[in-house]
Amino acid sequence: MARNPQEAALALHRFGFGPRSGSIEAIAGDPRGALIAELDRPGAGQITKPDLPTSGAANRAVFEYQAERNANQKRKPRDPAQAQMDAVPAQPEAMPLPRQLFRAEARARIDAALNAEIGFVERLVWFWSNHFCVNQEKTVMAGAYEREAIRPNVLGRFNDMLLAAEGHPAMLLYLDNAQSIGPNSIAGINRDRGLNENLAREILELHTLGVRTVYTQDDVTNFAKVLTGWTIRQTASDPDHGGEFVYIKRAHEPGPQTVIGKEYDDDGTGQGRAVLADLARHPMTAKHVATKLALHFVSDDPPPALVNRLTRRFLDTDGDLKGVAKMLVEAPEAWAPEQAKIKRPGEWIVAALRATGEAGEIGRIIQAQNLLGEPLWRPPAPKGFSDENAAWLDGLAQRLDIANTFAHREGLALEPAAIMDVALGPLASAETRRAVTGAESRPQGMTVLLMAPEFQRR
Amino acid sequence: MPTYLGAPTRRELLLGSGMLFAWAAVPRAARAEGRDPRLLVIVLRGALDGLGVVAPVGDPDWGKLRGDKGLILEGPTPALALDNFYALNPAMPNFHRLYQAGQAMVVHAVATPYRERSHFDGQDVLESGLPKAGAADSGWLNRTLAALAPGGRVDPHGRQAFAVGPVAPLVVRGPAPVLAWAPPRLPPVGDDTTLRLLDLYRHTDPALARVLEERIGLAAIARAGGMTSEPDGDRPAVQGSGIAQVRAYFAEAAGAAGKFLAGAEGPRVGALAFDGWDTHVEEGAVKGRLANLLGALDGALAAIESNMGEAWRQTAVVLVTEFGRTARLNGNDGTDHGTATVALLAGGALKGGRVIADWPGLKEADLYENRDLRPTTDLRAVLKGLAEEHLCADPGKLEAAVFPDSMDVKPLRGLLA
Repeated sequence: MARNPQEAALALHRFGFGPRSGSIEAIAGDPRGALIAELDRPGAGQITKPDLPTSGAANRAVFEYQAERNANQKRKPRDPAQAQMDAVPAQPEAMPLPRQLFRAEARARIDAALNAEIGFVERLVWFWSNHFCVNQEKTVMAGAYEREAIRPNVLGRFNDMLLAAEGHPAMLLYLDNAQSIGPNSIAGINRDRGLNENLAREILELHTLGVRTVYTQDDVTNFAKVLTGWTIRQTASDPDHGGEFVYIKRAHEPGPQTVIGKEYDDDGTGQGRAVLADLARHPMTAKHVATKLALHFVSDDPPPALVNRLTRRFLDTDGDLKGVAKMLVEAPEAWAPEQAKIKRPGEWIVAALRATGEAGEIGRIIQAQNLLGEPLWRPPAPKGFSDENAAWLDGLAQRLDIANTFAHREGLALEPAAIMDVALGPLASAETRRAVTGAESRPQGMTVLLMAPEFQRR
Repeated sequence: MPTYLGAPTRRELLLGSGMLFAWAAVPRAARAEGRDPRLLVIVLRGALDGLGVVAPVGDPDWGKLRGDKGLILEGPTPALALDNFYALNPAMPNFHRLYQAGQAMVVHAVATPYRERSHFDGQDVLESGLPKAGAADSGWLNRTLAALAPGGRVDPHGRQAFAVGPVAPLVVRGPAPVLAWAPPRLPPVGDDTTLRLLDLYRHTDPALARVLEERIGLAAIARAGGMTSEPDGDRPAVQGSGIAQVRAYFAEAAGAAGKFLAGAEGPRVGALAFDGWDTHVEEGAVKGRLANLLGALDGALAAIESNMGEAWRQTAVVLVTEFGRTARLNGNDGTDHGTATVALLAGGALKGGRVIADWPGLKEADLYENRDLRPTTDLRAVLKGLAEEHLCADPGKLEAAVFPDSMDVKPLRGLLA
């Protein structure tokens, strides 16, 4: 097969996290085959880091940490004389545990993206994590959630991911289902508490069918009733399993429920599983997911023919996400030479690190994502971060600031022309080549390279 | 965060610095003479237009080259006379004051041995001290430390150089330990960088160009009435728009260097780099971009002087750039890459108040390749003179290790008071 470095570079930017040193050359023989091979690699998408706690363990540890802090603050002031005797030189305060956990999870995520050959599977992880987003502000489990609910299913079946996501403690907390109680359940009657529709609505509107499709307010209410009792164990009363999923029958709305024209018998969690399974194979869900994937990888205005084929593949394979991803690679529409999409901030940051061979300091990476309007695991709404260019174009000025900072911090040791060959290869236009090599200093050359249209886009 | 109200303590350095190595060492031989010399090198990246800094107003051919876009003694912004031949850019009153006090001097028509016109290679030659561009991994200032005349008991590994900036400039990197201090603020995005990017976007990506233009427009509005120059037709009013930030960065970085070098136990040689001198479009030597940058540089010199206190008397600051610019203006009222330029020296240790130059003239036949100021002084002569007489570096080692293949470049002696 003829070598195709142009397509290789495109594959790396469009489907992956951008080239590392030698990447373009490594896959130039068969760029599409390399993408498929990454999907087929055993263990693809998984992070194995035994030191990262499970979501339950993280939850419990933070609970204990905060309880101790509260207690310390409430302790009686000591006898001043004694306090003086005990006085130790002021120590820099240790980083709070939630922040430590967050950083460790962030580091693992960034490393997975940096170390991937191409990064297609990691891009899919990021895509699905955004589709089924949770928010770190509401749960310390956002990172663990991604590892536990998203990664194991990223090349599996949509229904499995849907179940894993909606039943995960992080999601139950984020979208308030943990406190949703069936009005006619025992707990509901005794405590005079009731339904919270948030999760049910967002599943229908955002995670499966899509907004304004085939469901009504009654469907939302009934589905919310179906999901009552899906909650998490309290660490205060269950120190060994706090923060883990539990189904509490006492809080579950009894009886059958009708959701989108179908009645579901009440058999505990099975009722919710059955609704989710039907939602997962609904044609509207297939179309919704297919549209979002095409929007993310191909164009703000995805070609209808491509969306139709992806939808068909999704339905024909019962939501086989690897199959859908492969179809994306096989689609001619996905290989247009024009780089139509602006990289999302996180993608751009990772691409810059990959191009330069830097690991990056995690605090700076997190800070950069914050500045660029894509704070990690802190989406502005359950809809997640936007995948349209318009949302990110405004941040171009901030990108310039960050590129300039990065170039001045790392750039003097780097040869911009060499990094350009690594990062863009044949994608670099004559104008970009001139601007990078003709810069007045290496840092300026690096800044221009990181800001070049071919590097901003994918 | 370290403060710089007093001399920085070692602890402040530790706090302020990401990378830090051993501590000690000053040029002992010089100290033995009762001197404690300091040398600070400021690298001006981007190729400074020497004729825009110090102009030969007494040369009858000068006016023909630049007209009123060049420095002249008349008009609303007259240049500052240095002698009856040369005049200084009016944006540098502080340098002028030092010059008159015998604490600043100019070497004109000076150049490194590099004769091509690529910034990166030119900077490598300038900073490495090597005669040719290539894979240099150490700079002449660092190697000078190893060339200091033996004071007897000094462990050369204990000697150190000092660098300001997020990354140590090549000139100061090398075998001797480098103590680096990064200012809390990084260099702001220069207008020049923004304009280059805008130019690239306009040719390749209209959508990105629009966004960047909006940013520039907003920035200009935000600073309206500030230090910006007048908008000029279709060009975005970016000229000088970030100059307040640039001034602050220059003063902070240079001021910190002065503070460190002044310290009783601090390092004695150091380097920092300032970008932004590549003035291809609307150079604005009298009023505009170059004038603004030179004003910021003048402020940086003031910061060094005031922060060094008594130590200023023992100090030489040398400002160098990779090459000069074309003698004539180009079609955009800018200048393109050239050859000879100026080196500026300031400090209480100098025998200043002089412009040292073997003036090559500005007639067509005088110009190098009919375009650039012809180099008549090798910059290495200046640097060798400073290293030898100021720092008491060993002349043999200067030839062998610091500026290899420079046998025919005699040190320029007598620069010191």
